[in-house]
Amino acid sequence: MTTETVPSASTPVTSTSPRTTATKSPELSPPGERRGSALGDMWVVARRGLLHMRREPEVLADATIQPVMFVLLFAYVFGGAISVPGGGSYREFLIGGIFAQTIVFGGTFGVAMAIAADRTNGAMDRFRSLPMAGSAVLGGHALANLLKALLPMAFMSVCGLIVGWRIHTDVLHAAAAYGLLVLFAFAMIWIGVLLGSSLATPQAVQGVAFVAIFPLTFVASTFVPTSTLPGVLKTFAEWNPVSSLSGSLRTLFGNPGAKAPAGAPWSLQHPVLYTVIASAVIIAVAAPIAIRQFQRSIAD
Amino acid sequence: MSSTFAIEAHDLRKRYGNSLALAGVDLSVPTGSVCGLLGPNGAGKTTAVRILTTLTKLDGGRAKVAGFDVAASPLEVRRRIGLAAQDATVDGLLTGLENLIMIGELHHLGRATARRRGEELLEQFSLADAGTKLAKEYSGGMRRRLDLAATLVAGPEVLFLDEPTTGLDPRGRNELWAVLDTLVDEGTTVLLTTQYLEEAERLADEIVVIDHGRVIARGDARHLKRQVGGDQLLIVPANPDDLSRVAAIVERVVGVRATIDLPTRRVMAPAASGAAAIASVATELVTAGIDVEDLGLHQPTLDDVFLTLTGTPAANDTPVAETTASVPEAEEVLR
Repeated sequence: MTTETVPSASTPVTSTSPRTTATKSPELSPPGERRGSALGDMWVVARRGLLHMRREPEVLADATIQPVMFVLLFAYVFGGAISVPGGGSYREFLIGGIFAQTIVFGGTFGVAMAIAADRTNGAMDRFRSLPMAGSAVLGGHALANLLKALLPMAFMSVCGLIVGWRIHTDVLHAAAAYGLLVLFAFAMIWIGVLLGSSLATPQAVQGVAFVAIFPLTFVASTFVPTSTLPGVLKTFAEWNPVSSLSGSLRTLFGNPGAKAPAGAPWSLQHPVLYTVIASAVIIAVAAPIAIRQFQRSIAD
Repeated sequence: MSSTFAIEAHDLRKRYGNSLALAGVDLSVPTGSVCGLLGPNGAGKTTAVRILTTLTKLDGGRAKVAGFDVAASPLEVRRRIGLAAQDATVDGLLTGLENLIMIGELHHLGRATARRRGEELLEQFSLADAGTKLAKEYSGGMRRRLDLAATLVAGPEVLFLDEPTTGLDPRGRNELWAVLDTLVDEGTTVLLTTQYLEEAERLADEIVVIDHGRVIARGDARHLKRQVGGDQLLIVPANPDDLSRVAAIVERVVGVRATIDLPTRRVMAPAASGAAAIASVATELVTAGIDVEDLGLHQPTLDDVFLTLTGTPAANDTPVAETTASVPEAEEVLR
């Protein structure tokens, strides 16, 4: 507790250059006259999120490398052992499923990680000390990650074409398929917001998301027809929106395995309608809970 | 701004679960002045800053910042303040310039103005060359400077700095102090928190000492130091056997009671007459043929202030605590 505790204040300040320039800027408009919009603020936060993705491309792995890995794994390793009901190429059957899986992963994971990271590194406090719209942080993250979900859609399409997948219908049906993917991605983002607002760290998000989401995408018609599954799993898979999304895509793209087997439940008979309803229900239920959880997680 | 006080807080109270973070804190910071909030970890400094910057809700009391009530008009407060939190919260994945532009845009300056402000500030904070580098590649000092620059983008009326020099090397700290001087010259009101009396003394017009969520003293540095008993004369003889002889010499020459601290092998005594005391003691020591390892003035630290003000039993290496005042006496400083 002597002289070495803190370098004394009486140390001559020789190393500092005198700063003659004014740190205040006279031409700034008065604070009371500055007007912003919630959408403008949201775009600023979204642009930041997109920059983060570009600067840390490994966070895009779930949207790029992972689907390719699954395509290769199932098309060339497991695929030979799986037969498509009603006949047809397994690789063409597969792509609809991997589209669905990619959207589920990409939709939830990215936004959950981004929010959890901002909550742990002080960025939320920084945002909250600024005169920005309160909804812009969450909205910006959601928007950035929705845009991010478009990337694997393009990526997967090219990847599919390479392994032999084709769109056998028309532009309208194909557009409907991509539109359905965007809708489902939007629904998944709220699950991601809920995860990112509830878990303490990005690492926890990673762990929980993997354990919670992985089975959801596998106990479905993603990679195998649901008819092969036993009892309870079969029922779960039949009503799993991931199955109906996969089925919808196969239907809209005109791929094999699209037609529901006789005796299949309503969800598989009308996959597109069921997927739209399921998305709407997920949004209606998850969004308010997610928003509340998010606000609670950043308060105090 | 017409108001005389940039920050007016009355009876701030905040409870987290069972612990009372703030137990009724009053603050009035005149416009254009610097207030130093001094206290150890957990004293409530950060909670006070968070309340005044609208990040945390009050449980009781009221506060006005830049003329607006923090609870009723948080947006108006946020338009007029800058906050540098304890951990420099710059965005590592954005460049220095992008960080500043983003803050400016979220202050609704418009992208062009935000960019111009960003470039100006990078220049002023000697970061112009690093402006296009990602902030994660910055050194600790550069991050702090960028963080401070970010708080200035929109020309705040009131600046809040939570332990601004923690983790900085002496050079970085001096640079930051110099920047603050400039800001204050321009009329910005600053509230800063620190654990170091020296820093508060260097920067603040008024020091508010808080402990356990209460203000235990306020005044300028001289006032606080006088309470602690001012500077201490400190002598470490080369040979520990000389300790009592040194103490005797000090008592004879300076005419005050000297304290021997065996564990640290040193003699300490109040040094009211400063340099003159050192000079005469040094002469006497040479005459007596006593070899000295260290001889000098020891400034009171926050520890000393605390020991004095809170009456916490002193550790054996803090002889100043012998002059410990009781808590009621300390409270009188408030008035």
